[in-house]
Amino acid sequence: MSVLVYAESSEGKFKKVAFEATSYGKKVAEQLGTNLVVLTINADETSELSTYGAEKILSVKNDALKSLNAKVVADVIKQASEKEGASVVIIDSSADGLTVAPMVAVSLNAGFASNVVALPSSASPFVVKRKAFSNKAFNNTEINTTIKVVGLAKNSYGLHENQVSGSSEDFSPSIIESGITSTSIDKTAGAVTIADADIVVSAGRGLKGPENWEMIEELAEVLGAATACSKPVSDMDWRPHSEHVGQTGKPVSANLYIAIGISGAIQHLAGVNSSKVKVVINTDAEAPFFKAADYGIVGDAFEVVPTLIEKLKSFKANNA
Amino acid sequence: MKILVCISHVPDTTSKINFTDGDTKFDTNGVQFVINPYDEFALTRAMWFKEKQGATVTVVNVGNSTTEPTLRKALAIGADDAIRVNAEATDGFFVAKQLAEVVKNGGYDLVLAGKESIDYNGGMVPAMLASILEFNFVNACVGLEIDGTTATISREIDGGKEILSANLPLVIGGQKGLVEEKDLRIPNMRGIMMARKKPLNVVEAIDFNVTTSSSSFEKPAPKGACKMVDADNIDELISLLHNEAKVI
Repeated sequence: MSVLVYAESSEGKFKKVAFEATSYGKKVAEQLGTNLVVLTINADETSELSTYGAEKILSVKNDALKSLNAKVVADVIKQASEKEGASVVIIDSSADGLTVAPMVAVSLNAGFASNVVALPSSASPFVVKRKAFSNKAFNNTEINTTIKVVGLAKNSYGLHENQVSGSSEDFSPSIIESGITSTSIDKTAGAVTIADADIVVSAGRGLKGPENWEMIEELAEVLGAATACSKPVSDMDWRPHSEHVGQTGKPVSANLYIAIGISGAIQHLAGVNSSKVKVVINTDAEAPFFKAADYGIVGDAFEVVPTLIEKLKSFKANNA
Repeated sequence: MKILVCISHVPDTTSKINFTDGDTKFDTNGVQFVINPYDEFALTRAMWFKEKQGATVTVVNVGNSTTEPTLRKALAIGADDAIRVNAEATDGFFVAKQLAEVVKNGGYDLVLAGKESIDYNGGMVPAMLASILEFNFVNACVGLEIDGTTATISREIDGGKEILSANLPLVIGGQKGLVEEKDLRIPNMRGIMMARKKPLNVVEAIDFNVTTSSSSFEKPAPKGACKMVDADNIDELISLLHNEAKVI
């Protein structure tokens, strides 16, 4: 018996969710009185995982897995689970994780709970708490099968250091045909993505026009944040669709979400509510977003944001 | 081309979410149910294939008889016929198994579904369905063209977009971008009249043990009041974010 974590990497480097899933997996293994095994695919520094409790690491190196195809990766995870006799398989909630996890569940004939936000409240029966109703509630779900697949929600458990001496073992699974060919990938180079960002700076119609986004980008740069926008802004083509966050756009689950000139329609809140700390800057003191926020400033973005940028720059300089 | 569109019957986004029976059941009292917003994008794209490429479009739902008005709405938007698998949709794996049976019996080439439903947000049914059927699968799909038996698909990835090509049969987990929001269809009077005469077939569920069960619901702890900071006192905001919230 064991707990298996799939630690996702991109271009050889682990994503933050990989460390979060490993931290979580270590605790689940302790709860179940078993050991943790972490699977990596084409990752360079697998020893980094041992900072978060990975004793045994299965390292797959295979050029055929350079471009990640969900079906192929799911099959590799299945093979690793069978080899290690995993009773719990933990996968993160990145775009790839969300696609891979249900496939792993089917191939292992396992019950699957996604968007899990906490450690199992009980190991037998195995009960986990998950997000439901677009962040308006939680559902305690019991997984009844022998093997259980858990999809861990991003930023829900956090990173917990737990240094162990890890050992890495080469693992050479068989690689199945994917059936799908990737013809091109278009990624914004260098920019922080909404999915990876700890801080997201988001702006809405209150900015009056696309020409005013320079200060939003500058604020994001100072904070090392990703930029995002409300639905009307992307509908009017002020900003690209990929920046639209909310119910029908991208979900945001950041540590800090700063909303500037966004009133806070329920559909917007549904997509960003699971962020830990929300700051709202709006001229309208009655904007519904203030009710969902932790910190609020009633004021004109064109005055508040430039001041915020200056003050943050000196704060960063003093705290570097 | 035979298209199957999977339709979830979900509470409208603005619904108040409450629970009854000691927080074990969702309280449907006063709740308006709608076609899952993600599924609407899939359905509208299917209508395009029907009109431009002569596809036939079937809609399917796994649920009890209370979901039929939602299927009728999909018929009013233009689907040719509907299937309801008569079972409570309690577990994603169970639903995927039922849908797989419908796909096998109907010989569909393309299955379109929203990438998740806005009630349980599991996001698992499309991928599970593809796995059970051993069909190709693309999730978070924001563009789909079909030429013969070849599909060109664009999907959203973390930080960008990827263009893929795959052969039918295919399962798609769709979202906005598959069609634009302004192109979503609202049933008109003629559509609603015609929908009454279109076939809505009820089939019984196949046996499959549920793999998960819901033990209870919780609402998030009430949030403390928003701390207001004066617009002239940005230093205080920075100090709160650094010392109290510890996020910068």
